[in-house]
Amino acid sequence: MTTEASLTGGFENTPVDAAHAFRVALNTMARPGHIETVTGAKPPAPLSVAAGALLLTLADDETPVYLAPSHDLPEVRDWITFHTGAPLSDPAEAVFAVGGWSALRPLDHFRIGVPEYPDRSATLIVEMVGLENHGAILTGPGIQHSARLSLPAVEAFRANSALFPLGLDFYLTAGNNLAALPRTTKIERA
Amino acid sequence: MTETGQYNFAYLDEKTKRMIRRALLKGLAIPGYQVPFASREMPMPYGWGTGGVQVSAACLTPDDSFKVIDQGADDTTNAVSIRKFFQRTAGVDVTEHTGEATVIQTRHRIPEEPLREDQILVYQVPIPEPLRFLEPRETETRKMHSLEEYGLMHVKLYEDIARHGSIATSYAYPVKVEGRYVMDPSPIPKFDNPKLEMAAIQLFGAGREQRIYAVPPYTKVVSLDFDDYPFEASKADHPCALCAATHTYLDEVIIDDAGGRMFVCSDTDYCAKRRAEGHTGTMGTPMNEDAA
Repeated sequence: MTTEASLTGGFENTPVDAAHAFRVALNTMARPGHIETVTGAKPPAPLSVAAGALLLTLADDETPVYLAPSHDLPEVRDWITFHTGAPLSDPAEAVFAVGGWSALRPLDHFRIGVPEYPDRSATLIVEMVGLENHGAILTGPGIQHSARLSLPAVEAFRANSALFPLGLDFYLTAGNNLAALPRTTKIERA
Repeated sequence: MTETGQYNFAYLDEKTKRMIRRALLKGLAIPGYQVPFASREMPMPYGWGTGGVQVSAACLTPDDSFKVIDQGADDTTNAVSIRKFFQRTAGVDVTEHTGEATVIQTRHRIPEEPLREDQILVYQVPIPEPLRFLEPRETETRKMHSLEEYGLMHVKLYEDIARHGSIATSYAYPVKVEGRYVMDPSPIPKFDNPKLEMAAIQLFGAGREQRIYAVPPYTKVVSLDFDDYPFEASKADHPCALCAATHTYLDEVIIDDAGGRMFVCSDTDYCAKRRAEGHTGTMGTPMNEDAA
């Protein structure tokens, strides 16, 4: 049953709020490890503001969304369904997936694209407690020298990078903070 | 009368923008790879920058300052009409100054002034597939990209050398992005190729061909060449006739029917800025406030 809370908390001025949120999504994906803040969404807990804004900006009826067990709650399902119209799916069909890091594992259930179409891969939104510029050392496209980001793991992301040009892309969210980790980024343990 | 109330912000509907935005993000995640997207009909003909316009529409926010150049110039029909289009449908500020712009849409040039981290460069692309004139079938070129099979491109450059003594390709010079995908940098002069490694985000939109691709900041972009015939960023061997610059890309302008010609900066904003700073070429006059 749809709860009243799920009907509120969307963008107030959709075209403009989505434009601002997308610019943050674009900047962070272009600069792995760079943390920016995003506002405009008021999703139900445990969905963070940043994850909510990403979904409102990018998800619609063409993009199945997978909710990991940590986020598969009636309020969250209703909110996403009402505001984006995205069908909720299992990992194998998902274009976007949302959840805590351990709830999203194992990663090999998600689509990594095919050699002719590496873009047909899932984007994972990993909900974190905090995001800071220390920890794992990142290099690669979008990073001038090196960047640091508090990743929840190292080996799993390295295994994903090794699949390039296939692989998953990640957004990391904590509150209204957002950072990205595309498949091109090379990761060294600090 | 403002038309921002009559159209959705930045003209396109939200569902179209979401589709383009998802393609842009995957493009950034796989630098140089051409992401298919469902290009829309735009209120301008194919070939006038429909791809670039759709990418700009998906990126613009009301706080942006927007600049459009057509082969370096801010004042050509194409540049003026695209600038006006977004002024009217997105209500953004527009500028002709490279340094003041946050989003720059370009047709066939990279501005002379180095771009910063907070800027986005949007290219209008006619043919996104660098292998298209060598292999007309999309199914084949896609397979070639997936297998990293780029020998044909080197054969083409080699044939240039065999025929002309040097690599004669002077624009849309193929590059390899981050050691993986061969990419068409759009028909920019090869003089601009070294600038493809920059601090700004570069987004490419091909409307008719329905492809989007991207190059994140500081990504390695290497122009294809041979050890014994290295890549050379060439330009006309003259100084600018208006501002005396010797380091800029020049347009050749025929000025009479007796063989007279002049070479001027193709980047009009950069040339005007130099003249305002007091640089004067052989055919230039000192810049003064009253002159138009």
